Amino acid sequence: MMNIDWSAFTPWSALAGGVLIGVAAGMFVLLNGRIAGISGILGGLLKPVRGDAAWRVAFIGGLLIAPLSHALIAALPRPQIDAGYGALVLAGLLVGIGTRYGSGCTSGHGVCGLSRLSPRSLVATLAFMTAGFATVFVIRHLLHV
Amino acid sequence: MNLFTSFLAGLVFGLGLIVSGMANPAKVLGFLDLAGAWDPSLLLVMGGAIAVGVIAFFIARRRTVSLLGTPMRLPTSRDIDRRLVGGSLLFGIGWGVAGFCPGPGLVALGMGEVKALVFVAAMLGGMGLWTLFENHAKVSK
Repeated sequence: MMNIDWSAFTPWSALAGGVLIGVAAGMFVLLNGRIAGISGILGGLLKPVRGDAAWRVAFIGGLLIAPLSHALIAALPRPQIDAGYGALVLAGLLVGIGTRYGSGCTSGHGVCGLSRLSPRSLVATLAFMTAGFATVFVIRHLLHV
Repeated sequence: MNLFTSFLAGLVFGLGLIVSGMANPAKVLGFLDLAGAWDPSLLLVMGGAIAVGVIAFFIARRRTVSLLGTPMRLPTSRDIDRRLVGGSLLFGIGWGVAGFCPGPGLVALGMGEVKALVFVAAMLGGMGLWTLFENHAKVSK
């Protein structure tokens, strides 16, 4: 039986933030004709092709500047990062290799792919969600870390 | 103009991640912890994003050029293969280890978090390794 943490559940801000993400992905495909897939946008910079780098830098720049612009309007919530440095390195390596082999992450497959009704992205999303659930189960409930 | 709209899309995407709480790894892990005190918020983030996205991609699919006149570049691959599933599984394991995926990692880096810098540096390292493997595989073919 699921045990929902009602004190942590934030339906309205989750929905509002989700709509913003959808607006961003939607305006990007309609205006620039591209998929807002963050792993692909970032990964494409590691083997730059002439004329194909500037838009990637601009998009990543927007992501990096978002906290500053948020802070100008409202107090910026601090992230809680419990993972230690070793775990962060392992996580980063797995996320980097995995998203490139799988051609996408939560944004490219999860948001854009599912919005396009792509069966390929549905499979990818189910795969990374299942792996994420299993990993947290092992870490928290079997290893008790 | 293309660069400006690209920047704007990244900015709005980042604001969405902050507002939704998804730039906070503890909240993401609260969603991934099905057996613990479960926080379903991430489902509503996806729902809100996809509700808007479905409309935009419905329009985009019927066009060959974007509103700014650039070619419409939608993915053409339809292969459901070992790379797609294996890569996504590896990504999911990494996601579960720290609660970071690429977007939130970059946004948390923009907040000046040292731990996010470590994650993003390792992620770039992983992407760099993949690029090396791919180049090597193409050369040896």
